[in-house]
Amino acid sequence: MGYVALALRMRSERFTCSVKMVAIRMQFTVYLVLLLNIYNSFVSALYFHIGETEKKCFIEEIPDETMIIGNYRTQLYDKQKEEYLPATQGLGMFVEVKDPDEKVILSRQYGSEGRFIFTSHTPGEHQICLHSNSSKFALFAGGMLRVHLDIQVGEHANNYAEIAAKDKLTELQLRVRQLMEQVDQIQKEQNYQRYREERFRQTSESTNQRVLWWSIVQTLILVAIGFWQMRHLKSFFEAKKLV
Amino acid sequence: MLFWFLLLCVQLMLGWIRASELTFELPDNAKQCFYEDISIGTKCTLEFQVVTGGHYDVDCRLEDPDGTVLYKEMKKQYDSFTFTASRNGTFKFCFSNEFSTFTHKTVYFDFQVGDDPPLFPNENGVTALTQMESACVSIHEALKSVIDYQTHFRLRETQGRSRAEDLNTRVAFWSIGEAFILLVVSISQVLLLRSFFSDKKTTTTRVGS
Repeated sequence: MGYVALALRMRSERFTCSVKMVAIRMQFTVYLVLLLNIYNSFVSALYFHIGETEKKCFIEEIPDETMIIGNYRTQLYDKQKEEYLPATQGLGMFVEVKDPDEKVILSRQYGSEGRFIFTSHTPGEHQICLHSNSSKFALFAGGMLRVHLDIQVGEHANNYAEIAAKDKLTELQLRVRQLMEQVDQIQKEQNYQRYREERFRQTSESTNQRVLWWSIVQTLILVAIGFWQMRHLKSFFEAKKLV
Repeated sequence: MLFWFLLLCVQLMLGWIRASELTFELPDNAKQCFYEDISIGTKCTLEFQVVTGGHYDVDCRLEDPDGTVLYKEMKKQYDSFTFTASRNGTFKFCFSNEFSTFTHKTVYFDFQVGDDPPLFPNENGVTALTQMESACVSIHEALKSVIDYQTHFRLRETQGRSRAEDLNTRVAFWSIGEAFILLVVSISQVLLLRSFFSDKKTTTTRVGS
């Protein structure tokens, strides 16, 4: 009896042990996936050069309720080695995002590598500006910064691996989810298009009105001035006894 | 478990397949260059469009890592160029507004490197897709082209709209300016005429006496 109990206990212990091992391995893989996620965001994207104090702005014309994710990585040029250093301590980038009404919706300083996320609440042209905080660095001395930048808008910003993991979707479900997100984006863009077309029409109608009123007013002014000139000169000449 | 591992592989692959789409302002007499590291054999597409500014044209130049010019066009409004990377290295493309003296240009470009990443690693594998899955894939491709057309339409509409808004402000300023000029000119005409006759009057009196 005792042996059976012992055997059973050992087996149950081994079972819980193996379950724990699987759980730990799962957790490890999840973290690895997340880490690689983060790592991949900073893998070589498009890059360009800016001066230390230069401010570089990008325009994103987006409909409302659209999420934008921006990843950037900065490298400093090392004059001695004549190459770009992989990472620099203390180098920061200031990210400023303005909405179409020139109101600042995001204004933060990040490190040399950063990720900024914002969602638009008004449709229109948003401005994303980047500049470095190099005011306290004397070492730069006219150096150039290499900035790797990647901006993902709307549906492209979605991380399908994460969504699949979170909602536990099968392959087909994930594909359908992706299609739904795409259609959502198209619909938002169409709405925005309608709003823009309305603005365009208002501007054209306003120009039309202005041109119309201006022609009438100009003709009236001309006629009135003509009359005034003739009358004034006539009275002037009569006063001078020339007429 | 395998699913997680395969997801990992997908993540790894994502690094080498990119599409960058940016809109930036190019000041007058300025040149802006972008660089991208591309591996050999990757099919890339560069598409650009000038959104606002002057005659809506910009110079574009694409160079491979050796410095060979793959694409060079002057004063182009919109173009699309597809090429396959002939070697590993940093490819460079530049937009130049150096021919313009005072107009700022807003340029949109879309640089696609490689094909889109597959949603699952199975797509590259041996297993065939079910009918539902292949239908999903074709719908996805069609929707991608719809989004692409929408973007180009939006850019052309922006062009038209900014011109219309420009025209509107110009008409307003011009009307006010012209009204002002009219009044000034007519009053000064009358005053000038009066001054002619006033002088003549004094000379006649002087001659008389």
